[in-house]
Amino acid sequence: MSETAAAISEREQFIATKGRRKNTLKCDADSIAGCVSQRACVYCGARVVLNPVTDAIHLVHGPVGCASYTWDIRGSLSSGSELYRNSFTTDLREQDIIFGGEKKLARTIDELVEKYKSKLVFVYSTCIVGVIGDDLTAVCKAAASRHGIEVIPVESSGFIGNKSAGYRAACEALLKLIDPVDRREAAASRSLNYLGDFNLAGEAWIVKDYLTQMGVQINTVFTGDSTSDTIKSAAKASLNIVQCAGSMYYLAGKLQELYGIPYQQVSFLGLEDTAQSLRNIAEALGGGEIRAKAEVIIRRETDRVLPIIQGYREKLAGKKAAVYVGGGFKAISLIKQFRELGMEVVMVGTQTGRQEEYDTIHSLVSDGTVILDDANPAELEKFMTGQGAHLLVGGVKERPLAYKLGLAFLDHNHNRKHPLSGYDGAVNFAQEVYSTVCSPVWQYTTRQGGG
Amino acid sequence: MLDCTPKEQKERNSGGAINPAKTCQPIGAMYAALGIHGCLPHSHGSQGCCSFHRMHLSRHFREPAMASTSSFTEGASVFGGGANLKTAIKNVFSIYNPEIMAVHTTCLTETIGDDIPSIIKSAEIPEGKLVIHANTPSYQGSHVTGFSNMTKGMVSYLAEATLPVKKEQVNLIPGFVNPGDMREIKRIARVMGITSIMFPDTSGVMDAPLTGKFSMYPKGGATVEQIKDSGNSRLTLALGRFASSEAAELLSKKCQVPASVLKTPIGIKATDELIMALRRAFSQEVPYELEEERGQLVDIMTDTHFHFHGKQVAIFGDPDIVTGLTEFVLSLGMKPVHVLTGTPGGAVGSGMGSFEEEIRGMLAAAGVSANVKAGGDLFTFQQWIKNQPVDLIIGTTYGKYIARAEDIPLVRVGFPILDRSVHSYLPIVGYRGAMRLIESISGALLDRADRDATDEDFELVM
Repeated sequence: MSETAAAISEREQFIATKGRRKNTLKCDADSIAGCVSQRACVYCGARVVLNPVTDAIHLVHGPVGCASYTWDIRGSLSSGSELYRNSFTTDLREQDIIFGGEKKLARTIDELVEKYKSKLVFVYSTCIVGVIGDDLTAVCKAAASRHGIEVIPVESSGFIGNKSAGYRAACEALLKLIDPVDRREAAASRSLNYLGDFNLAGEAWIVKDYLTQMGVQINTVFTGDSTSDTIKSAAKASLNIVQCAGSMYYLAGKLQELYGIPYQQVSFLGLEDTAQSLRNIAEALGGGEIRAKAEVIIRRETDRVLPIIQGYREKLAGKKAAVYVGGGFKAISLIKQFRELGMEVVMVGTQTGRQEEYDTIHSLVSDGTVILDDANPAELEKFMTGQGAHLLVGGVKERPLAYKLGLAFLDHNHNRKHPLSGYDGAVNFAQEVYSTVCSPVWQYTTRQGGG
Repeated sequence: MLDCTPKEQKERNSGGAINPAKTCQPIGAMYAALGIHGCLPHSHGSQGCCSFHRMHLSRHFREPAMASTSSFTEGASVFGGGANLKTAIKNVFSIYNPEIMAVHTTCLTETIGDDIPSIIKSAEIPEGKLVIHANTPSYQGSHVTGFSNMTKGMVSYLAEATLPVKKEQVNLIPGFVNPGDMREIKRIARVMGITSIMFPDTSGVMDAPLTGKFSMYPKGGATVEQIKDSGNSRLTLALGRFASSEAAELLSKKCQVPASVLKTPIGIKATDELIMALRRAFSQEVPYELEEERGQLVDIMTDTHFHFHGKQVAIFGDPDIVTGLTEFVLSLGMKPVHVLTGTPGGAVGSGMGSFEEEIRGMLAAAGVSANVKAGGDLFTFQQWIKNQPVDLIIGTTYGKYIARAEDIPLVRVGFPILDRSVHSYLPIVGYRGAMRLIESISGALLDRADRDATDEDFELVM
């Protein structure tokens, strides 16, 4: 079949078409050398997870690039400190590569702690640190005792795996911060930790607001708008809810193992998943009054936003969407959310989706939908145009590609401009899809793209 | 509060950077390689490097930036990346079929010591296809050094002197500038009736039109044939010492093409120098079209000079761009009191000279005393401004934090600009580029004057 003609033969098992082929999709493998992969590295994964910790000094131990490319690119909002929006690096030079960077790292930590009086420093390892063999743990430990603060090494050398390995490195760093507590007291509390929301455009605040209305406290978010103090208190929660599972599954599992905190997956993307998530949280916390309050919110908010979304649905029904995002869980939510807008998803891809997520995707989509893991631009082009998509949902590297093809585009990644969570987020989502798909600019492009 | 920078200046000796004003070599090499027609840049390292560079270039140019990666794993970094690169070369030609592949290294592959030329020699390269390379260790220089190294790589692999007599043509090495600038420099040579070869040339690649089709290799870029033929040219003009002089020197050694190093042609003086150099070498009259543009520019400078006179300005960015901007704002009567680049002063063993010395020379001639620094960061730059406020900042997008904290207008010039569009299409070089700069600078100053004016001082005619 010619559908994989754009792909190298080794890539065939990473691509499936529902209804035409039975084989399960291969995923979670390393990218092939020579591919124009859209994937990032371990450091990138660790940095995007930890960066929203607002009062930390995020110090990148390596040559300047890794710090430059990640300077304030996440769009995570803070209600307090803005320290995390600065860029700190040891800026390793040739002599440091030859003689080792440990002393420079120690000096840089001292200088930064003196300037910014922060209680927490994350020190990120980059590729080269893994090779020259600096003992990050020892330097951090010594600096911590010298200053009486937390200095946490993040083992994120770029080549030790892909972005998922970075998520895990970030989770390991977070675990080092959390203070153990008396669990008998904590288990009875009605507080929870919210994992996997990075407060992009203030999304975590929307969820926090619902939970407050239900009488539930958020202990800490991992990691949107969090601080060293809120993270330390994570063990006091009676429940963990997990939104971005790709990055936080490991931490949720560890918190259960170490502190006995149960967890459940939630999604606040779209009306259906938002309502279901609020109900599930209420049940997990004992139902009763909390459940009743959740129902009030669901009813009130649905009644408020449904007519607005219906208005967009009338304009968007029948349009086709392509989805290429980081994690599988987000892809699943997006498929449902497009359905709420009367749109069909004709291509779904992820960078780091897991097998069970691909199985769910397979069961959700219609026959003929193309499903692919770790796509390259040639494949994205082939399948988006072949499937007649009007819109691509993706991240920064996919945006210009979609535009070149005359396709509408929605950023569901770091560059989102409006919160896409909860009921207000669902309205924003519909509005953003509408404003790109139905823009008059597509009249001037040569393809059928957009509206 | 977004502003975390203290006013009090203390000696910093850690060697670390706070809010850097540079990035690493490989992205410059990738950008330069995109200036060859039909070229796929290849990043020999972890896949994160490639992903970061493409993302950053896409944000600045708002264009797809295509590049492949060796996708390093732990095994590759222990046993060497030779196997990865050979597989990559084979895969790139079979999947993406470029004319030429331009490999650059990263800090990882430089440190483990991969010998790129021998790996390339033993790789399977299809008939008629080419692979070139540049060493771009991220722990030396900056993105400008990487651009320079890849441009040098083009010369060392491709340029050939095949004729006994040099051709009546000029090589133009534009430096790390936008496609709009490259178009303008080529236009100047064209209207003077001079045949030119520009490399690298990202026009038509990183400012390609929307056609409804995705083209892996857009129409633009210097062809391999052109770069080969650069060895037959009568003259090379290297525009910008830091980004262009080394390639020009190599071309002079390898193919005996005389090289002349000029400033990036920003502002009236540097543009005059470019045009005079072309005129001298090719005995061409300067056509009326350019004389007219120059006359218009002088007219504009005269019409607006009172807006600029004595205004204090702080400039940061890449060394060649900052040098041109400094000279230009001096010619407008402004006082550049803080001038900084993140790129270190001059690469090891190169004849590039000192950034600080050149800037100090210009300032001394104009009687302006200033803070000048190469290899600096924006923490230092902001502290300077806190201690000696200015009327205007000229620099990249990263200046916006300082502009906001200190409530000073910012004119965006250089790389990267991540929060505005269209900048990469329109030139800042040549007489027309100078007009555009004047429009931006005076617009920023006058918008501020309007904003700050009391009702009685608010004027219709300015």
